Amino acid sequence: MIPADLRLRLVAAVLLVLAASQLAHLGPAMAALALALLLALAARPDRALWRRLRHVEGFVALLLLTLPFAVPGAPLLTLGPLSASLEGLSRAALLAAKVTTAALVLLALLGTVEPIRLGAALHALRLPEPLVRLFVLTLRYLGLIGDEARRLREAMRARAFRARTDRHTWRSFGNLIGMLLVRALDRARRVEEAMRLRGFSGRFPHAALAAPTARDWTGFALLTGLAAAALLLDRL
Amino acid sequence: MIPLLSLTDVRVCRGESPVLDAVSLTLRSRDRLAIVGPNGAGKTTLLRTLVGLERPASGRVRLFGQDCTTEAEFRAARPRIGFLFQDSDDQLFCPTVLEDVAFGPLNTGCTLPEAEARGRETLAALGIAHLAERVTHRLSGGEKRLVCLAGLLAMRPEVLLLDEPTNGVDAANGARLRAALAGFDGAMILVSHDEGFVAELATRALLIADGRLTEAEIHTHPHLHAHPHLHPHP
Repeated sequence: MIPADLRLRLVAAVLLVLAASQLAHLGPAMAALALALLLALAARPDRALWRRLRHVEGFVALLLLTLPFAVPGAPLLTLGPLSASLEGLSRAALLAAKVTTAALVLLALLGTVEPIRLGAALHALRLPEPLVRLFVLTLRYLGLIGDEARRLREAMRARAFRARTDRHTWRSFGNLIGMLLVRALDRARRVEEAMRLRGFSGRFPHAALAAPTARDWTGFALLTGLAAAALLLDRL
Repeated sequence: MIPLLSLTDVRVCRGESPVLDAVSLTLRSRDRLAIVGPNGAGKTTLLRTLVGLERPASGRVRLFGQDCTTEAEFRAARPRIGFLFQDSDDQLFCPTVLEDVAFGPLNTGCTLPEAEARGRETLAALGIAHLAERVTHRLSGGEKRLVCLAGLLAMRPEVLLLDEPTNGVDAANGARLRAALAGFDGAMILVSHDEGFVAELATRALLIADGRLTEAEIHTHPHLHAHPHLHPHP
């Protein structure tokens, strides 16, 4: 039920995350979380993407640990001068459910897409062209700069460099960063020259996208319908 | 007949020292000129001077019968010249192959459908139509080089400037590249260390050393030849 069309996916992702952010009760938030989990399982992302969730869940765990002690209410557990409240716990659970729902929705809808392909979809959605161009070019060259950084690090390690806390280490890292900047600048200059040689005059090509199919629209309607239902349930 | 490109007594300096000194050359239609010389002799600078990426301190650059000194004059001539860079990643900046090949035609006034049609046609002519929807940074070195060439050919240039075109290209894609260049009916200047490639393609050669050009001769002579081979054991 996830639309194949990237424009609809992007719009659906924004609407679903916005809807999740507006939930105010634990019940509907838990229902949304369950649905988001099903959606993520259906999208079948690879293991690396699930692992990326840990960054979000670390933040959520921190919330669950601290928020109960920060919100006043009926005491649940006392640790010396600190007491955890029931209200705090339920607030933390609500937040955790909402944050996780949003992360799962993004994982399901956008996690499996090659990021650079989103450029054409963003352009088709009438985002300002310079922003889209910046996005696309950043993605295109981030990988190359990352590779360069990795090769430089390996060359340093091959000459027995180990990071310590001393002047030599800081100076070496300074050189590494400086070298990356110089190379990136050089590359930017060459890319600009290549564009000029092919007659660049401000028109950047973005592939024309085929119109979404009926199947895409059905998936989109289903997703946004579920989000609306969750919101309605929350408000009743 | 008016030469396509010509340099007359061109001197290009980097700082105080000249990179090219008293360089003259003419390229006529259907010429395939090889420029051969050691690293740092000024080969790339020569190509860059021809398209106006370097400006000479003295001397004349004429492109298609027109003296060029300002950016505007060079800009007018550039769509007729295809420059293949040494590093393919510098040239492939669009997300997908088709978008990149359509970039040039779009700049010369084609509509998006026209540009994409021309892109697909060029890719098919090079035998790489199957790459059209691929993401450019996930291609192999040889595929990247061919896509770069497609991006230039889609602009239907009259002259190709090739800077080390066979560097980092595998055998299968190398064969496609040779076939495409052998079939190109315009003029070209090629800079390469690959002597077999130069001898196969070029009709004329110039030697460059310390920023100066001299005429050279291409000839083939038989060699008694032996070299080691590596084969997997059955």
